[in-house]
Amino acid sequence: MDWTALWLSLRLAGWTVLILLPVSVFVGRLLAYREFRGKSVADALVMLPLVLPPTVFGFYLLIAFGGNSPIGQFWRANFGQQLVFSFEGLVVASVIFNLPFAIQPAQRGFEAIAKEVREAAACCGLGPLRSLWQVELPLAWPGLMTAMVLTFAHTLGEFGIVLMVGGAIPGETKTIAIAIYDRVQAFDDGSAAIMSAVLLTISLVTITVTFWLSARVGRRLG
Amino acid sequence: MALEVMARATAPIPLDVSFRVEPGELLALVGHSGSGKSTILRTIAGLWQPSAACVTVNGTPWLDTSRGVVLPPHHRRVGMVFQSYALFPHMTAAANVMAAMGHMPKAERGPEAQRLLTLVNLGGLEQRRPAELSGGQQQRVAVARALARQPQALLLDEPFSAVDRATRETLYGEIAALRAHLNMPVVLVTHDMDEARMLADRMVVIEHGRMLSAGTAAEVMFDPAALRALGIREAGSAITARIAAQDADGLTRLETSAGPLWLPRIEATIGTVVRVRVLGHEVLLSRTPPQGLSALNVLPATVEEISQGEGPGALVRLRAGEDTILARITRRSVNSLELAPGASCYAILKSMAVARAQVFPPPAAAKAGEATRG
Repeated sequence: MDWTALWLSLRLAGWTVLILLPVSVFVGRLLAYREFRGKSVADALVMLPLVLPPTVFGFYLLIAFGGNSPIGQFWRANFGQQLVFSFEGLVVASVIFNLPFAIQPAQRGFEAIAKEVREAAACCGLGPLRSLWQVELPLAWPGLMTAMVLTFAHTLGEFGIVLMVGGAIPGETKTIAIAIYDRVQAFDDGSAAIMSAVLLTISLVTITVTFWLSARVGRRLG
Repeated sequence: MALEVMARATAPIPLDVSFRVEPGELLALVGHSGSGKSTILRTIAGLWQPSAACVTVNGTPWLDTSRGVVLPPHHRRVGMVFQSYALFPHMTAAANVMAAMGHMPKAERGPEAQRLLTLVNLGGLEQRRPAELSGGQQQRVAVARALARQPQALLLDEPFSAVDRATRETLYGEIAALRAHLNMPVVLVTHDMDEARMLADRMVVIEHGRMLSAGTAAEVMFDPAALRALGIREAGSAITARIAAQDADGLTRLETSAGPLWLPRIEATIGTVVRVRVLGHEVLLSRTPPQGLSALNVLPATVEEISQGEGPGALVRLRAGEDTILARITRRSVNSLELAPGASCYAILKSMAVARAQVFPPPAAAKAGEATRG
């Protein structure tokens, strides 16, 4: 059992969720409430990582983050290390790759709030921030919850993009999904079985808790 | 604290209106769906902005497109009751009401919410969520929440359309009674002429975003332009009456300024002031005191104006005491009875023609001076 890999995966998933939560609230809300030119293009861009093969996506990120790219050079100049084959690079790749998993459910959550309810909040004297905090977030909560759980579970299991952008450096970019692959390659089926079971348990528990929570919210709102 | 509204637009719907509502006055915007009446309300609340508009409350501009003044909705002290009520589904009734009290100290919000919910007859239901309340109860929460903002203008957007007929009649009575506590301008949007006639002091008839007619119920009901839009069958008036006695045979005797009226039993204490809706086609006219007639109600009246339509009918406006009565009779009868402005006659009203639904508590303006809230 590779505890370092598990801990790395949990950290990666945690950072991804932490960064994507505000992003999904902001972008999800924008796409749910506003009609603007090029909205269908924006919708499509958000969904792109869902249909693109992870290796293709990883390849482009590798080029975009590489030492010769403007992004890679900017990163090295400011943080003194390269972006590819590092944990930070993995977080950035993971955030981009999880955009559809975070934004789509959040968008559906905000779309479920009746326009009149938002207008009523304004007529009650609630400014945009207080309306978000007191009315919209509590109502969009099931959607946001789904978004975060999907992102978390998806990050834990992501393989192709992690391998492309991160390589498999132990303690830096070798996540549990890659560790399992590693063990199987080494004919160490025992370790692979244990780690797979741990991943299965974590996924099952998070999904169950989500369903239970959203069922409770559903009952409350009737 | 009068509310002055001017709005002009060409898209998405044409709009050209201008009106003023006095403090404590209830103005009804009447029109068919799609006439633009809700858009006018949304303009006042700041939820929509016409190309040229001016909304002024007590001299303070909320919106003035010519000077670039646009107050966002949450900075307008407005109480809005939406057609769908738009309650916050995750909050209790009390929390819904308290959500509109951002302007008050925290400690005062609970007791004030309690007071408002009691005012709208919801005492004891403070901890229920909207999903646990009936349609009528949800509407009452919406009204309490609108009042909680201590609004400078109260806006009601078709507030009775989502409940069944029986509940609606109860709510009419409650709103009419509530008006004694209100001293701000009230604007009611409705497509229901009866609703407007019973609740409003004045009404504005809107069609295609334009004002067809404006005035008291009696004035609008006599206006051919308004009647063309609303339908001649809507022509009618409201008589103010006081419950005088409950007779043993199931009738209630009411006193009006023109004489007594007998109507089917009205469950109200003696002395209560009500308004009785009388439709034009329910009224008969006679030049001499009628005899041997089954109708119980005969009120002496004077002809004020006669309006001839294009068809065989005519609309006669009568003054009976201090009230106005509209009678729809044929042009043939106008000629044979030699009716003309100034002529005296008798208006005859069948007791049984007045349904329970046609009797309401009067608008607050009829009992001026009872406003209690400062």
